Amino acid sequence: MSDWIPLWLHKLGSPPTFYRFAGTLQPWALTLALLLGAIALYGGLLLAPADYQQGDAYRIIFIHVPSAWMSMFIYAVMGVASFVALVWRIKLAEVVAMESAPIGAAFTWWTWDARLTSELVLLFLYLGVIGLYHAFEDRRQGARAAGFLAIIGVINVPIVHFSVNWWNTLHQGSTVNVFGQSKMAWDMLWPLLTMTLATKFYYAASLFRRARTDLLDMEGGKDWVRKTAEDEADR
Amino acid sequence: MSALQHFLAMGGYAAYVWPAYAVFFIVLIADSLAPARRRRRVLRELRARLARQSARQQRQPPPATPSA
Repeated sequence: MSDWIPLWLHKLGSPPTFYRFAGTLQPWALTLALLLGAIALYGGLLLAPADYQQGDAYRIIFIHVPSAWMSMFIYAVMGVASFVALVWRIKLAEVVAMESAPIGAAFTWWTWDARLTSELVLLFLYLGVIGLYHAFEDRRQGARAAGFLAIIGVINVPIVHFSVNWWNTLHQGSTVNVFGQSKMAWDMLWPLLTMTLATKFYYAASLFRRARTDLLDMEGGKDWVRKTAEDEADR
Repeated sequence: MSALQHFLAMGGYAAYVWPAYAVFFIVLIADSLAPARRRRRVLRELRARLARQSARQQRQPPPATPSA
């Protein structure tokens, strides 16, 4: 492959290296996710004041908004990984794309509500990718077909993002702004952002664990898998 | 009303807020448990295959590599 890709990235793409790397990071990611999640829950449920208009009902935003963001973020990761997998036929990219789909679906399915039609479309895209992947006898062929669908579906991500501004529904317009002043009190904003970080770490932890299992399964006959199967306990 | 009761009441929105949180955590717990089951199954199958292979090798040692 090209020279501009650093060596460590090449190495990380090899299944045994990634297997070890992911195994080392996975517990840390999970710990951070739980820790930050607990802090965010405390801040969101106990410290943040009630909303002047929506009362305490607004408190679902501390999980609803991070979930919605994750549904888009994970889809974007899946789209990029699918693209890499289709162009360069890198096995790890396939694994990352296909194992992201169920996690993304988990964050998406309850973000959907009748008003957020674009989120429902996103959920169907996730389910389509999972279904297509499993419909093929040959996994790599399935991953390629599902990867195509994932890439085509990327078009829906900006639609989800802008839907709250484009269409007037019960859902409020965008409140949190990365590049400007957010229209939200700091007391409410920090638990929201902390939970967002927690869900990112959760995704990393879940993806690492899923990808490791997938690699063992895919590389079944290889030497490093044999050694791993002999050495490792059922973690 | 005690502080705990006040907290659990969620300003009258308890029936809305708590199920939302419950669903969130149930889904994530399910997402965490599913790969653990799969991992155990994959490892079990791998070990079974390795055991079969070594048993076969013990019964009939692999032919000596032909000395060219």
